[in-house]
Amino acid sequence: MTMKKKKSIFLVVVLAVLLAACLTVDALLPGYHIAVTVIKKATVYALVAVSMNLLNGFTGLFSLGQAGFMLLGAYAYGVLTIPVAKRASVYQYFDGGSIQFSLPESCAGILGDAVGPTVGMLAALLVGGVLAALMAYLIGLPVLRLKSDYLAIATLGFAEILRAFFQWNALGPITNGSNLLKSYPTFTHATPYVLLSGGMIAIIVLLINSTYGRAFKAIRDDEVAAEAMGINLARHKRLAFVISSFFAGIGGGMMAMYMGTIAAAPFKSAMTYEILLIVVIGGIGSITGSILASFLYIFSSEWLLRGLDSGTFLGISAPSLFKNGFRMAAFSVIIMAIVLFFRKGIMGDRELPDLLDRRGRKHKKEAAEK
Amino acid sequence: MGEGLPYIINGISVGGQYALIAIGYTLVYGILRLINFAHGDVFMVAGLVMVYATSALPLYLALPLVLIATVLLGFVIERVAYKPLRSAPRMSLMISAIGVSYLIQNLAFYITGGIPQPVTRPIPWISDNVMVFGQSTKRVTLLTPVLTILLVLALVYLINHTKIGMAMRAAAKDFETAQLMGIRINAVISMTFVIGSFLAAVGSILYFTNYPSVAITSGGMPGLKAFVAAVFGGIGSIPGAVVGAFIIGLCEELIKGAGYTTFSDAFTFALLIVVLCVKPTGLFGEKVTDKV
Amino acid sequence: MSDNILKVENATMQFGGVVAVDNLNLEINEGEIVALIGPNGAGKTTAFNVVTGVYQPTNGAVWFQGNKIIENYPQGKMKKLYKGQHGGEYTRALAPTPDKVTKLGMARTFQNIRLWKSQTVFDNVLIAKHCRATSNVLSATFRLNRKEEAQQRQSVEQLLETVGLADVKNELATSLPYGKQRRLEIARALAAEPQLLLLDEPAAGMNPQETDELTAFIADIRNKFHLTVFLIEHHMNLVMHISDRIYVLDFGKLIAEGTPAEIQNNKRVIDAYLGVAEDA
Repeated sequence: MTMKKKKSIFLVVVLAVLLAACLTVDALLPGYHIAVTVIKKATVYALVAVSMNLLNGFTGLFSLGQAGFMLLGAYAYGVLTIPVAKRASVYQYFDGGSIQFSLPESCAGILGDAVGPTVGMLAALLVGGVLAALMAYLIGLPVLRLKSDYLAIATLGFAEILRAFFQWNALGPITNGSNLLKSYPTFTHATPYVLLSGGMIAIIVLLINSTYGRAFKAIRDDEVAAEAMGINLARHKRLAFVISSFFAGIGGGMMAMYMGTIAAAPFKSAMTYEILLIVVIGGIGSITGSILASFLYIFSSEWLLRGLDSGTFLGISAPSLFKNGFRMAAFSVIIMAIVLFFRKGIMGDRELPDLLDRRGRKHKKEAAEK
Repeated sequence: MGEGLPYIINGISVGGQYALIAIGYTLVYGILRLINFAHGDVFMVAGLVMVYATSALPLYLALPLVLIATVLLGFVIERVAYKPLRSAPRMSLMISAIGVSYLIQNLAFYITGGIPQPVTRPIPWISDNVMVFGQSTKRVTLLTPVLTILLVLALVYLINHTKIGMAMRAAAKDFETAQLMGIRINAVISMTFVIGSFLAAVGSILYFTNYPSVAITSGGMPGLKAFVAAVFGGIGSIPGAVVGAFIIGLCEELIKGAGYTTFSDAFTFALLIVVLCVKPTGLFGEKVTDKV
Repeated sequence: MSDNILKVENATMQFGGVVAVDNLNLEINEGEIVALIGPNGAGKTTAFNVVTGVYQPTNGAVWFQGNKIIENYPQGKMKKLYKGQHGGEYTRALAPTPDKVTKLGMARTFQNIRLWKSQTVFDNVLIAKHCRATSNVLSATFRLNRKEEAQQRQSVEQLLETVGLADVKNELATSLPYGKQRRLEIARALAAEPQLLLLDEPAAGMNPQETDELTAFIADIRNKFHLTVFLIEHHMNLVMHISDRIYVLDFGKLIAEGTPAEIQNNKRVIDAYLGVAEDA
């Protein structure tokens, strides 16, 4: 029991330090500073990676539909939050669009200007999550019966179909067709991202450690045994899929906030692959791993390794070698090395508090080697 | 009919190109039970090599170079990225395939600088325009289905009447038993990738002759569609992949013809999902049962 | 109404051309230990899979505690048989998934151990309690089910104590020695609170001493948990010791039933196991 207490204290301390660090960054640096950008983007990726891990790592469902659900969340956020006054210019090809209200403004009207807009923005994120969850429910009905790789390709296909719909001109009055959505409100500081994403991840962690989370893990470990022990496979798989998509939808909304403009084009399978690779780097089945990997990945690609693309890296100047694209090429070599030689990723299936627990580590290691 | 004709001709042609890619998927899936996500990128690389090679070398050197380079790439991918994972869970293998796809795309981005490489009449004769039923079309459109059928016939002969073909069939039927029976499984798998890549290279030459440029993401969509074709026809079955590819190519072009270009890709995936849910074994696939 | 807890009626299971179970009829009474034996490939595990809902029988029905839980009498070849018994009325196939069968009060173990490999001993048993939980996903996530969770944990502790695995509860399931893994599988099945326990070759791969321990263990839990036990087994020592009655399958067909003493002297059973000489 004392070990458990020690672990909780450790966890609280680490989280507090991280939050303090983030607040300091916000206080000292302007919103456009690269550190703030990295934190924002990494937190969004962390949330989406964790939501994918819930499905792929904890329930054993190999789904590649994440980008599609993010797309839904992103559009829901954009469509619901663009200020009414700006709709005419955003939807210039569609007569100002068919939706003539904005959640932050409506909420401001009810709750006042201090909290109203923020509440509206959060409500829009929530709507995105709910839409993604609903879509997941519908898609899940036929698709979740499929086995591993067929499930992967079918979810991938659904994501592509969704993308086609969002680019369809007939839906233009809502989605703006193939044009950008822009001018919607965003958070300038990094802390709101961290709090929001952290809160969502905390809920996922609570779920994973609940009786349902244990059932998910049982399905992952042995589906036949899980079913024989009274776990309704269809229901639990659907639950995991819907919940994962809900958080992917929220992550998509936050992605929209981070990017400042929304188009359907970036939400293609390449984005899902990128998130999957982050999950793999962190360790399939470790929430801590997914978060760490997101930060490492975004930090390296956005900041640390920038020099690889622009001529100078670590003081070495070689413009002919370090030209545009070298960074990602080097990066993907590292990823392949992890995929092939360090299959357990950074964390394996351990979590942050487990780092205190040497015994636990040893045991898990032995088990993994078997 | 006059309006639909060019779309039908195009559809058959695109279908032939998909068929050549789809065979690579279906052969590999048949043996390794792996969706080789990198196959579409191999196809893209073949296109890039063609662009570079035809602009620097005479045709009789350039074309063999494209084929050899692509085959080599397929072989190396299997040896480096899939062979070490033979005993790993299938999910690891699939992740590795996605990683390879990511790697190839990023390398291609680095080499091309991210700029789509223009295709300028790489092979003069087949890029010429000809008249068919009063419609103007490139000669390659007519050549593709013929070449596809010939190559498929050659492949079917190889699989049914040669020793390596027999080994491939055995490995597809039961991987482990085939290994125990003394079949050199690694050689068989390499052969599968070599054949798949070779056909993808031919498909690539034909495909990109019809397109203005090769971009690093050019392989993704045709790759996925060819995979859908393989599933549609019944994964593991070569005639299935070919028939599936022709059907998908035709449907896609007809949808474009009807003015729903946005949905031509979506249609393919909708078809995939319907097939998976209604008849997961596809048109010609064999039923596999799990044992408890 | 008889006091049988499980009744299998005309169960036939056909895979393509292979008839794995052929018109099986059996009844198990409350509180009994009944064994199903037969040579390899006789269809014993298939029979288990039919009873527990893994396979939908090609034909036949299963009754549990007086209720029909599985039924499939399709048209065609089997029509006559059904008509003869029930006057020609047809019902839709009743084919619950295994989890529903388990919830009704039937839990099983597997021939080749199927524990959840990444979970501890404690969690393996606790997960089996999931099917008895009343919380929904929201109340469970936000910890509104503390009371139920605590109760479940406590009963798992007790169960582990009873089966003698309390000292290894924090070990990974797969790190246990083989005999204990078998025992854990039984404990896991018990956690699902069954009235009928189905054991698929519980002594497979055990040495004589472990087998003896297991025999005592099964008798013990039967009394403690007021169970009915239905088991498949090859260890004749165990079977003859423990069973109240025995059914014998050969090539999917029931060839004998009776008490251990009767079975031991049954000529057909001996022939099935030893084979019949050509000239006999």
